[in-house]
Amino acid sequence: MTATLEPPVAATPIMVPRVTFEPRDAEPEPIATGELAIEVRDFSFWYGQVQALQHVSLTVPRRAVTALIGPSGCGKSTFLRSINRMNDLISGTRVEGEIVVEGASVYGSEIDLVAHRQRVGMVFQRPNPFPKSIYDNVAYGPALNALCSRRDLPDLVEQCLRRAALWDEVRDRLDAPATGLSGGQQQRLCIARALGNQPTVLLMDEPCSALDPIATQRVEELIFELKRDYTIVIVTHNMQQAARVSDFTGFFDRGGLLVELGGTNQIFTNPKHERTEAYITGRFG
Amino acid sequence: MATSAVPAVHDRAARPRSLSGSSRHDQLFRAILTACALAIPVLIVMLLIVLVRGADPAIRKFGLHFIVDSTWDPIAGKFGAFPLIVGTLLTSLLALVIAVPLSLGVAIYLTEFAPEMVRKPIAMTIELLAAIPSVVYGLWGVFVLMPILRTAVFPLLRSVLGFLPFFQGVIYGPSVLAASVILAIMIMPFIMSVSREVLLAVPNSQREAALALGATRWEAVRTAIVPYARSGILGAIILGLGRALGETMAVTMLIGNRHEIVASLFAPGYTMAAVIANEFAEAQDRMHFAAMTYVALVLFLVTVIINAAARLLIWRVSRGAGSGGKEL
Ligand SMILES: Nc1ncnc2c1ncn2[C@@H]1O[C@H](COP(=O)(O)OP(=O)(O)O)[C@@H](O)[C@H]1O
Ligand SMILES: [Mg+2]
Repeated sequence: MTATLEPPVAATPIMVPRVTFEPRDAEPEPIATGELAIEVRDFSFWYGQVQALQHVSLTVPRRAVTALIGPSGCGKSTFLRSINRMNDLISGTRVEGEIVVEGASVYGSEIDLVAHRQRVGMVFQRPNPFPKSIYDNVAYGPALNALCSRRDLPDLVEQCLRRAALWDEVRDRLDAPATGLSGGQQQRLCIARALGNQPTVLLMDEPCSALDPIATQRVEELIFELKRDYTIVIVTHNMQQAARVSDFTGFFDRGGLLVELGGTNQIFTNPKHERTEAYITGRFG
Repeated sequence: MATSAVPAVHDRAARPRSLSGSSRHDQLFRAILTACALAIPVLIVMLLIVLVRGADPAIRKFGLHFIVDSTWDPIAGKFGAFPLIVGTLLTSLLALVIAVPLSLGVAIYLTEFAPEMVRKPIAMTIELLAAIPSVVYGLWGVFVLMPILRTAVFPLLRSVLGFLPFFQGVIYGPSVLAASVILAIMIMPFIMSVSREVLLAVPNSQREAALALGATRWEAVRTAIVPYARSGILGAIILGLGRALGETMAVTMLIGNRHEIVASLFAPGYTMAAVIANEFAEAQDRMHFAAMTYVALVLFLVTVIINAAARLLIWRVSRGAGSGGKEL
């Protein structure tokens, strides 16, 4: 199933990026080239006979927002879900190549999936809170993974809700069912729930596509805040959103090919590839 | 449904005429449906009237004491339904105790863990089991199940749990426990297939949410999927309970039909449905007949009360903390 090109990487986080990733030169972003959270090497993915990703290689720097854009069906979600191995749920899938998250090879034999998914949080396209109370939603991960003592749990929940910019709206009704919140609040609750696990990486698959413009703006502001502490990979088919929130942007094209990845400014003002330019200027997709 | 004017949507030009035409049809349709819907409460009321009138002599003679009295003596004309009520409730409860964990286990296995290839065939087989007439279960119970229980299972239970009063005494074969086991087997297909449907209806996003937070497959089932489906699962259990309370043939073939209350589950007992089926044809005098109708009335009321309580429970569960599952 897993064809690891190299043995799991040792502790040193400094890796030479293989392709495509270039940090923005014109901007004073304090990102050292070496600080990589995720490295993907020659990664291919199949749903049965259908190949959804072809030889994708890229790197994702720490504490920055990397946006993935591209036409519908080009494999963005597949790629994102490969990082935390959510695709394992689908039978008949196959991967080749390697994904390394914070030094651990995700498809390697030594990965502890539970611990991996605790460190790599995911926010889905449609808000999917549990039909439990607001409090229990946020406490779900930490309680499950025994991340903190029962006594400290309320503090952690509060902290996560604050970070997700939801605390002021729900502080008086933590026992109320989460399903009673508005769509935008539910999505921020899902972000808070992911933060409850104290992850280092947050994967977001079109987190605003089911939200109205105001809720979208709030979530975008939140993403901007969160990147100070988390590595964020966000899939979006909204290019304005990618331009607004991300530091780096990767463009996927049909057939699951990563065309180019670079600083967001560069991608949007001076793309290297014709396909990227065509997509960004709205000539297709 | 009844008020929608479908033709008007399709054909704008003909709107006024078709609207009025369809509304006449609508009225007819509506009247028929209303009559059908009203027929149900009317039936229930008529049923109650017949039961109360038939039971009237017994109600006058024994009053409410009937339900706590244990004598059943057609010769002397003395009747009490207490052992029957206890037998009905006890066998149904025991059947649930046996059937619920097994059925839920199978339903969870089928929806969450079983290989894709076997899911459908097993589910279809289970649904087939639900269609077998209960007298067939009864025959199978007498000729296959009972010998196994008498020679292997009951002695084992007695030697392991014999310190409890429920598992002491002589092992006859026909017994409360044997009836409970056959009841459990009979209601399992219902609980299984309904809870399977309910679990299938849990959105994948709930599974993904749990797994993405670091839950194992089993933890996802326990902490996210089953809680999401809980009101539906309760509904499945209540459906099973309803079947168990009213089941007649198989029970009467295995329970031993004795008007007694004995602590031991190895001893014979009786249920309300079984006594009606057994003695109805033989009831000679008026009081015997009235007593039996009184039993039917009690069975009817017990079923209604238990179902109402169960509905209330589902309603409260699905309201508490906002269940995602739809009610049955
Ligand atoms: N569960 C699945 N089974 C089979 N094919 C799938 C499945 N999910 C996605 N695909 C296919 O993989 C390709 C990429 O899909 P996806 O990653 O969802 O694209 P995107 O998120 O960029 O719109 C599409 O052609 C889609 O049809
Ligand atoms: Mg997608």
